[in-house]
Amino acid sequence: MNIKILPTILILFFCLIFLIFYKGLKNSNIYTPQSYLEIDVPVFVLKSFKKEDEINSKDIFKHDQFYLLNIWASWCVPCRAEHEFLMMLNNNKKIKIIGLNYKDKFDNAKNFIEEMGNPYFINLIDKNGTAAIDWGAYGVPESFLIYQNKVIKKYLGPLNDKSYFEIEEIIK
Amino acid sequence: MKFLNFFIILILTLNLNISKAKADVYSIENKITKNIRCLICQGQSIYDSDSEFAISLKLVVQNKIKQGFTEKQIYDFLSNKYGEWILYDPSFNKNTYFLWLLPLLIFLIGGAIIINKLKIKK
Repeated sequence: MNIKILPTILILFFCLIFLIFYKGLKNSNIYTPQSYLEIDVPVFVLKSFKKEDEINSKDIFKHDQFYLLNIWASWCVPCRAEHEFLMMLNNNKKIKIIGLNYKDKFDNAKNFIEEMGNPYFINLIDKNGTAAIDWGAYGVPESFLIYQNKVIKKYLGPLNDKSYFEIEEIIK
Repeated sequence: MKFLNFFIILILTLNLNISKAKADVYSIENKITKNIRCLICQGQSIYDSDSEFAISLKLVVQNKIKQGFTEKQIYDFLSNKYGEWILYDPSFNKNTYFLWLLPLLIFLIGGAIIINKLKIKK
């Protein structure tokens, strides 16, 4: 009796393993971090482009206003592509765009803005990339839509037509 | 014989030095950075990687250690931001029961098979 149970268990076991691999190997291996929404805006103190002194995050984010925090850099090619959408969004009075300049040279960043236009209400400087990690970002560009001190939507990669209209729809 | 004794003592003292040197290399910072996955170059730890993201993250870990965060607090901080996947060593929770208990299960099944065989031989 024992001998008969064992092969069936083994066969079932291998079937299970086959199924796991059959499903598992088809999955994509590239992982994008889970986006935890409704998280509080991280608290930070950073230097900005205009002023020498540091800006506290508490002074920036007001309760009843939409904000888009955009992580960008002059060396980032997709940032160029998304810039026109930021300029378009800037026409909407209901949203303020805050730039987080990621690991950039100040002069290059300034040239970038002069050339492409400045959609940013405030431009913060993240020289060593640690502030971006507070936001849970891992690349440029990334954008966070903020309302009532909470991140309500996160965009990995450059903004496009679809995300632009989505943002317009949300802040209406 | 005297020469041999001297030699053994010499080797022992040198060994002690090695273990001390190793303890320095495997500092808490290295231990933590080796356990954190680089999200840009997936498959590498941030300890191994030199991507912009990894460099920043190493800096963050350094700062956190300076601020007095424990290893676990740093892991919690990062998995809050990026999800559990950023840690190489998965924690024991309801999603990972199967992962952690499977080797034990296989071991038990293997043991059962061996006992079965022995019984049959008898």
